[in-house]
Amino acid sequence: MSGVLVIFFVLAALAVFGAVSLILQSHPIHSALSLILVMVSLAGLYLLMGAEFIAAVQIIVYGGAVMVLFVFVIMLLNAGVEERTNFSKLATFGGIPLALALGGIIAAAIARSSGNLPPPAASGAMTSTRELSKLLFSEFVYPFELTSFLILVAILGAIVLAQREN
Amino acid sequence: MTPSAADLIRVLPEIIWCGFGVLLMLLQPFLKNRQGLTLFAMVGAAAGTLATYFGQMGSGFFGLVQFDTYSLFFHWLVGLVAFLVILASDSYLERENLAPAEFYALILFATAGMGVLASAQELLTAFIGLEMSSISSYVLAGYRRDSVKSSESAVKYFLLGSFATAFFLYGIALVYGASGSTNLMQIASADPGSNLLRLGLALILVGLGFKVAAAPFQVWTPDVYEGAPTPVTALFAAGPKAATFALLLRIFTTIHAATDFWFWAFWILAVVTMFVGNLGALVQTNVKRMLAYSSIAHAGYTLVAFAAVTTMKLDPETGAAPAYAAVLFYLLGYSLVKVGAFTIVSEIGGQGERYLTLDDFAGLGTRQPLAAAAMTLFLLSLLGMPITAGFFGKFYVFKAAINSKLIWLVVLMTINTAIGAYYYLRVIVVMYMREHKGDVPADAATSLSPTAAMVVAVVALATLYLGLLPNHVLGIVLSQDLILSAR
Repeated sequence: MSGVLVIFFVLAALAVFGAVSLILQSHPIHSALSLILVMVSLAGLYLLMGAEFIAAVQIIVYGGAVMVLFVFVIMLLNAGVEERTNFSKLATFGGIPLALALGGIIAAAIARSSGNLPPPAASGAMTSTRELSKLLFSEFVYPFELTSFLILVAILGAIVLAQREN
Repeated sequence: MTPSAADLIRVLPEIIWCGFGVLLMLLQPFLKNRQGLTLFAMVGAAAGTLATYFGQMGSGFFGLVQFDTYSLFFHWLVGLVAFLVILASDSYLERENLAPAEFYALILFATAGMGVLASAQELLTAFIGLEMSSISSYVLAGYRRDSVKSSESAVKYFLLGSFATAFFLYGIALVYGASGSTNLMQIASADPGSNLLRLGLALILVGLGFKVAAAPFQVWTPDVYEGAPTPVTALFAAGPKAATFALLLRIFTTIHAATDFWFWAFWILAVVTMFVGNLGALVQTNVKRMLAYSSIAHAGYTLVAFAAVTTMKLDPETGAAPAYAAVLFYLLGYSLVKVGAFTIVSEIGGQGERYLTLDDFAGLGTRQPLAAAAMTLFLLSLLGMPITAGFFGKFYVFKAAINSKLIWLVVLMTINTAIGAYYYLRVIVVMYMREHKGDVPADAATSLSPTAAMVVAVVALATLYLGLLPNHVLGIVLSQDLILSAR
């Protein structure tokens, strides 16, 4: 087993562990900290694939800015330990088997087709930040610009739902 | 590299809709007059729709956007729906004392998102369009912030909608993994037998199935439709649904791997959706909720036509042309009628939407003869009676299904239409043959507001036009150009 593969499995295991812990923790702060673990391990995985820009953005934006906001909001709301309702039991007995089944189907499909996958579209080209930005501002300029409207809608929505009644 | 002028004109409708949305937000501090804002938003909706006139046919933005008769049809459909919904919202916003500018801006942004969906030829672009329309929808659903139901509707829609979006996105990732591209044209040339591609397409179907409220992804629909402000419900039932069906049909017809693989998926989805929608509607006493279930059932009828597309595509003589035409015609008739029906429900509901039960509709035939007559027309159209748009919509779906030899599907659809007759006719019977229990509340609406009456009149005329003279619109949806571009 090569070194890269070892690192991959360590990071993947950390990401999965973080994600499961995020759901199982009953205190919001613990969940938020688990989410940081997921974000950081994902950043490591991106780095492993040679996508250094995405990895850096993942750390700065998600691991940093977004998580700080999460933690702030949790503290501002003074959120305590969550209450479990009866519906959560249904989630345990119905949801977990179904989630495992879905995971199994996805894993099986990926395992069965791993042999005949096409190589990445432009091998190596995607790795550099320069190539990425070229793509964003030429071929994908339309969805890129649309994203700004998407963010505008989100801001507008937040204002509409949060503003005081006048 | 700047996009060419022709490319920009191809997305002019989206630019105009977004531009008017931004302008509305900027105007809001200066223009306090609600009618002025309504008029401005309507001009925006209409201008965006008419801007399709200038677009040149063809693909733009490096093949990300396809401007063809097919996307033109859906641009007109969502633009018209937005125009009518804005007009119908005017009296609603006054009655409920809600801020108009943001409301209209959100509707226009949502419409732009639907426009993107209708012309997207690439999955990431489609994803952004889907999110633009969805996020606006989440906020619009919770626009009545003093109402618990409205907030519940927004939270439910947001959580479940995000979940469905995750499926859609994961599907895109897997399809990209299998084909090395997110462009539909390039995905079409990937190995159709690839398990990864099929899995990706299945997850995309789950994500989009949620947005069109196909069972078993429909759980959110009744609560969200019931809690949202009624003009918004009209928008939900018509616009995003039609635009998502447009994307589904485009993916489905472009990628051949999907054709045989999705056939049984559509067959099963159609049957389950029809039964869940119709049986659910049977037991409802709240008219708004009943119409929500009815819109699930109608998603099922549309999916019958999708199943027919699959088998007819293999027919060398006709191809799938009649099945496409059935989908488009059906969606047009259905969307308009839903807008009309929900507009009437919105007016009858009164302040705070309190009068929505069947009992509140009792005696409407004598109290508000015109509203009752229009409601009757719309319900008959939803049922599929002759001389209404719904009749030809259902007729063409039936015809397509029979031509594809989907006999069981036709039988099950007939059974469902019969179930539907019970709850649609029940409302009509209650309106005309039952007296209102006790006194009519003093604050119940005595007539439709002028703006709502305009919407209802337009929709009623359109329903009759499509029901009496379907050939004109049918000629458009059957045009060779459209069929070719849909491929």
